[in-house]
Amino acid sequence: MILEARNISFRYGEKSREILKDFSLKAESTERVGLVAPSGFGKTTLCKILSGYEKPDSGQVLLDGKPLDFYGSYCPVQLIWQHPEQAINPRLRMKSVLEEGDNVSPDLIKRLGIEADWMNRFPAELSGGEMQRFCIARALGQRTQFLLADEISTMLDLITQSQIWHFLMDETEKRKIGMIVVSHSPELLEKVCTRIVDLQKE
Amino acid sequence: MEKNTILEIRNMNISFSQYQKGTKQTKLPVIRDLSLTVHQGEMVAVVGSSGSGKSLLAHGVMGILPYNAEMGGQILYCGEPLREKRICALRGKEIVMVPQSTSYLDPLMKVGTQICKGKKDPERKKKLDGIFRRYGLAEEVQEQYPFELSGGMTRRVMISTAMIEEPKLVIADEPTPGLHLKAAKRAMEHFRELADMGAGVLIITHDLELALETADRVLVFYAGYTLEDAKTEDFRQEKTLRHPYTKALWRAMPQNGFHYIDGVQPYVKDMPEGCPFAPRCEKCTEKCRGEIPYREVNGGYVRCVYDS
Repeated sequence: MILEARNISFRYGEKSREILKDFSLKAESTERVGLVAPSGFGKTTLCKILSGYEKPDSGQVLLDGKPLDFYGSYCPVQLIWQHPEQAINPRLRMKSVLEEGDNVSPDLIKRLGIEADWMNRFPAELSGGEMQRFCIARALGQRTQFLLADEISTMLDLITQSQIWHFLMDETEKRKIGMIVVSHSPELLEKVCTRIVDLQKE
Repeated sequence: MEKNTILEIRNMNISFSQYQKGTKQTKLPVIRDLSLTVHQGEMVAVVGSSGSGKSLLAHGVMGILPYNAEMGGQILYCGEPLREKRICALRGKEIVMVPQSTSYLDPLMKVGTQICKGKKDPERKKKLDGIFRRYGLAEEVQEQYPFELSGGMTRRVMISTAMIEEPKLVIADEPTPGLHLKAAKRAMEHFRELADMGAGVLIITHDLELALETADRVLVFYAGYTLEDAKTEDFRQEKTLRHPYTKALWRAMPQNGFHYIDGVQPYVKDMPEGCPFAPRCEKCTEKCRGEIPYREVNGGYVRCVYDS
């Protein structure tokens, strides 16, 4: 599958500055593309557009040549957010958080190191690393074809980072899911990605 | 000559009281035993697993723990106990904190006014302009509200709130995530400058690499304990590190192989006896289930029964 952003322009509201201007990007499902740019450049905005949370003012997001709406109620492009604690409903128990995903396989949950005992807890009873594991599981439902990772590991300790990235590389390779990875760490992108795009040089 | 100690924490512990079922209350010990010192002119980095109590430590020192928290142990600031009254008088002036979450800013106040705490004298304005230039923030940003900023810009604004004072003790809780490498380095250098000017700086971070570039000492936390207190040089190679967890952390750095170990940090309710890292440690034996001393080894401290 190919995920493509074609000539995208975007601004938040009439008066704000134009964050993305005529931006294009193409990624294949065999790739893990790393995105590098200074903060405020629009990386998170781009992720939100690519996964259908925001509509671009002009331009198109296409998955295999078709707009995201074509794929029905479940968006095959899933985003893992930077702050897991802000991406989870604080009033839901963790097992209900997982039910928001698309039939997440129990095996995947186990391989992510999520323990059975965590399922009945509320988000406030988990650490950031534990919560992020749930967010990753939720994003890796059956119909997911593309995964966007927006700085998903900066708030985690190095061992947890390494655990999570090894899992993601393994899983996406096995299921032929493409990845777009946003990070400020060149060393990390070097280890994880198959290709790195510097937005500033585009 | 021993430099003046700015902050000393002795055997700090923090627990939360929680309602179980109905009116039944239980205590949740989140921080078990933390000890640390920050000297004048020194920059100390705190690294460790997520949920090991790093942020709570900062909140404990600043006296902003939630109402259901209970703190034990001793906090000394410039040699004198730091109690509620004293911290209330000093925080925001001599003792400043850069919070972790970007939600700590007042959403209804313009950024510039917020940093200057409402004061409008020209001197402050000049200082603020200088700080903004250093961080590459445009002057218009002063007139904007927090929601108009990107993650990285918010981060820089929060660092500015600390820089505008002339603090003696700076506690920064993860000041760099979301910043691009250059800005992150600049921020760390700025904290370094504050230390060089005589302040004590405590940086809580996950970015070990960045910490190693600027800090003098590194403290390693795990599950509410200090496991190791090491000099920055000790991190140049694995063998000068003392605790198995610190070694595992070192090996997990992308440039050192990106290795990982299985498992997670134990949850506060089912903490093992003795060493908190024992269930994941390859060296673990029966000895690790008992009392573990925090002892001096090669100019640093470690909480482990074995010599590395």
